[in-house]
Amino acid sequence: MSTLVLAIFIPFLAAAIIPFLYKYIKNIHVGWFVILVPTGLFIYLASLIPDISGGEAIVQTINWIPSYGINITAYLDGLSLTLALLISGVGALVILYSIYYLSLKEPIGTFYTYLMLFMGAMLGVVMSDNMLVLYVFWELTSISSFLLIAFWYQRKRSREGAKKSLIITVSGGISMLVGFIMIGAMANTWSIREVIAEVASISDHALFIPALLLVLLGAFTKSAQFPFHIWLPDAMEAPTPVSAYLHSATMVKAGIYLVARFTPVFGGEAVWFWAVTGVGIFTLFWGSFNAVRQTDLKALLAYSTISQLGMIMSMFGMGSAALHLGYSDESMVYTGATFAALFHLVNHSTFKGALFMVVGVVDHSVGTRDIRRLGGLITLMPITFTIATIGSMSMAGLPPFNGFLSKEMFFISTLDITEASFFGLGTWGIIIPIVAWIASVFTFVYSTVFVVKTFLGPYKEEKLEHPAHEPKPGMLISPIVLGLLVIIFFFVPNVIGKNLITPAMSGIFPTFAAEGADLGTDIYAWHGFEPELFMTIGVVLFGALLFFSRKYWSGIYNLFPEKRSINVFYGFVLDQMEDKSTVITNKYMTRYLRDYMVYIFAFFILVVGGTFIYTEAYQFTLPENATISVFEWLIVLSMMATGITILFAQSRLTAIVLNSILGFGIAILFVLLRAPDLALTQTVIEAVTTVLFLVAYYFLPELEKENTSKKTKSINLFISIGVGVVFTAVALGVQGNRGFDTISGFFENSYELAGGNNMVNAILGDFRAFDTMLEVVVLLIAGIGIYTMIRVKAKKESDQIEDK
Amino acid sequence: MKINNIILRTVAKLVFFIILTLAVYLFFAGHNSPGGGFSGGLVLASALVLLFIVYDIETIQKGLPIDFKLVAAFGAFLSVGTGFGALVFGANFLTQAFDYFDIPFFGEIELTTVTIFEAGVALAVVGVVVTILLSISEDE
Amino acid sequence: METLVTILAGVLVTVATYLLLSKSLIRVIIGTAILTHAAHLLIMVLAELKTGTVPIVGEGDPVDPLPQALILTSIVIGFAVTAVSLVLAYRTYQEIGTDKLDELRGEPDE
Repeated sequence: MSTLVLAIFIPFLAAAIIPFLYKYIKNIHVGWFVILVPTGLFIYLASLIPDISGGEAIVQTINWIPSYGINITAYLDGLSLTLALLISGVGALVILYSIYYLSLKEPIGTFYTYLMLFMGAMLGVVMSDNMLVLYVFWELTSISSFLLIAFWYQRKRSREGAKKSLIITVSGGISMLVGFIMIGAMANTWSIREVIAEVASISDHALFIPALLLVLLGAFTKSAQFPFHIWLPDAMEAPTPVSAYLHSATMVKAGIYLVARFTPVFGGEAVWFWAVTGVGIFTLFWGSFNAVRQTDLKALLAYSTISQLGMIMSMFGMGSAALHLGYSDESMVYTGATFAALFHLVNHSTFKGALFMVVGVVDHSVGTRDIRRLGGLITLMPITFTIATIGSMSMAGLPPFNGFLSKEMFFISTLDITEASFFGLGTWGIIIPIVAWIASVFTFVYSTVFVVKTFLGPYKEEKLEHPAHEPKPGMLISPIVLGLLVIIFFFVPNVIGKNLITPAMSGIFPTFAAEGADLGTDIYAWHGFEPELFMTIGVVLFGALLFFSRKYWSGIYNLFPEKRSINVFYGFVLDQMEDKSTVITNKYMTRYLRDYMVYIFAFFILVVGGTFIYTEAYQFTLPENATISVFEWLIVLSMMATGITILFAQSRLTAIVLNSILGFGIAILFVLLRAPDLALTQTVIEAVTTVLFLVAYYFLPELEKENTSKKTKSINLFISIGVGVVFTAVALGVQGNRGFDTISGFFENSYELAGGNNMVNAILGDFRAFDTMLEVVVLLIAGIGIYTMIRVKAKKESDQIEDK
Repeated sequence: MKINNIILRTVAKLVFFIILTLAVYLFFAGHNSPGGGFSGGLVLASALVLLFIVYDIETIQKGLPIDFKLVAAFGAFLSVGTGFGALVFGANFLTQAFDYFDIPFFGEIELTTVTIFEAGVALAVVGVVVTILLSISEDE
Repeated sequence: METLVTILAGVLVTVATYLLLSKSLIRVIIGTAILTHAAHLLIMVLAELKTGTVPIVGEGDPVDPLPQALILTSIVIGFAVTAVSLVLAYRTYQEIGTDKLDELRGEPDE
């Protein structure tokens, strides 16, 4: 059974059905049907938890292109299952939320089709074992994200945000593909499991580090790591359910998933450690630092997502250090970072999903997301306020919420890593906890800004589009569920830890698991008075201080003005590329057929003729020629004469008659060369062609003497003679050098094989019938094409008459 | 195009049937001697073209009310269809079969699926050639 | 014979190239038709000429039938190409009023 593979394709199937449901069922919101898909998938996947947490992995394969080793292999281990549960679980909640968020007036059919496309693609990413299949699904997530960001395509900002995200993530995807191909070439397999098994044999390969960097480029662009993070804030033009789902809970985690998946391959390399940890830590800082200055709630959350993704990324980087040392008690300490990363991955999806939904609720209710206009909503929207507070405090890393647990573990990991003595950590390692701590202070500040600016302070109704009110209860269900999860995970974290994260750990550290290491960690809130607790207390104290003194230090942001940002640089590069390529293209694309012909022929003369001379193929050893009778001399010479005369034909009638003479001459040649079928066909077709020309001449103007300059004419003549000479020389050269024996002997058995005596016809109708069949189709297309070219015009004219 | 030429018309009537016979002969002869779907179809098309030239289009279309676009489409369908027909019998796409049958009066006769395929080719050629010429000449 | 036919094909290619480089659409179309002829001759020549009888079983040792089948396909396709380009040319002439390629450039940045 391939139920798992089927699970990937169910959303695609749904995507195909939704347009019909949308078209024919008008009264019921399509979302109610769509929600069944993720719910069903979630229940199915949850039922697999007992198997997976036992340490098993489920593998199912459907052959796709077996001759190239490309098959759709669904591989479900703890890591995949964790992500898959997030995708289906958050997916169900987001769809429930969107049913209330999007009114029936919006084109929701398209919305849910894209969303299902995305869900299927995302499940494909996390469950594929084959790297090329993974790549296909990966790009599909980028495309569906593009479509969803541009959902309100009437708005310019939506289109631009969509384009930006597509350009950045797809370029990253392509570099990842190149990385995959390098890995595939090194390990001689496309299967990630097999690559992991063979990692020892490929790690010294010259392509190993380039492959590592290319794969990371894919992961960083997708997960919005610095400096590729610029697409994520612009992607916030998407409808809020999309932002909650794609751009915080799932799609942006694909890059992190990729890093986790390839940790067993590349982990242990210093380059990997520093690239992942360094980029992650800096992104953590940069994201939180920039989040504080945002005035749009969604932009604030976007930067906060960037920051949190950086944090998870850095934890995976720190965890990979364990692989450098091999299995020992010391290295087991570092695996704690990976465990924390996986735990925070889940936590982040819960609290950030809830926060995005809260922003959607606020936006829906009062018509703005600008914190300069918001304030005092606490009394009017108490439930929304509660959820926002839970989410924000979890984000800031405060108890009693799940963010506190993972943040504490993060601090522990950063402190642990400073004690390492490899990768130059002895000198540089101290930077990691310091940057992490500063970033956490800013995280605390923007979390506070989010709650205080929106819900506390004076209520300014005159600045709002609508007076504030709680939304329909249905819209609050999903954020409430997520908010509750934030609290539940704090009190019973080990349920996830044991059942999902521990099996995921053995997927990331397969060598450790093979030696029987216990990769699980007990999560508990109280560690005693340890450094991490003091760090948290410090975060709160300094955070509060910074929050209240905001207006004194916010001048620091002037050091990073908008016009020097990466965003502007990106726009500048893109504009320049467009301008320059237009200029260059216009230089040679003259929109004049003759010029293009000159390029083609010049290329032909230079390259073909050049190769001919360079390879010294011009030593003609002509085979024994067949004899030439006087009659044949006459035919050939008169054809040459006819051909040359066409050049001087003054009237089109002369030209076409001369062309016919050429055609009939060739028919006679065919007779002489023992080709009766050809002669017959050529004769008839020449007659029909002549009629065709004559009929078409009725509509065409008479030939005029060309007012071409002498210079152009002589260039044309030069090129023509050049082409003719090269052609003749190559044709003569070829005849003396036969690389292969002729295969015609086979066709001489046409009577036994095809039941026909006429070999040419047996080839056409039987041996190579596929060619003939396609030829007939081409002929039909030509016929239809001509018919339409003429008739479409007729229709246009009649339309004009109606207009009058 | 209106040409008033008694001799041409009379000759054309006669020649038309000669060409038509030739076309049919060529089509069936193609299996064992020169000819076949292409030549047969083209000759048939040229016979029709002759009629269209000698008489005007309206007259011929009254006497021969055939939509040549459909002829072309049917021909292409037949050619592609025989390919899929082979699939029905479990053979590879476009596999052609032939066998010999004893039929009273005619003696032993070879029947082959290539003939159907070739018929498709011939019809497509006739349909397309006539469609092209008619479309152009009917254009105002 | 092979050499002679090859040279004939070469002459036809030269003529066709010159026609393709001209301004008038009609000349370009005639050029493509002539290029087709040249290609047919080339295919014919490459499978040695007159080495046997016509390619029909029972007539003796036949010449190579494969190039003939290829050319037969090409002849019919060539007809379709000529027809399509002719109609394109005259529709262009009807719509725009010229068959001169240098006048058919359109606007830049279209």
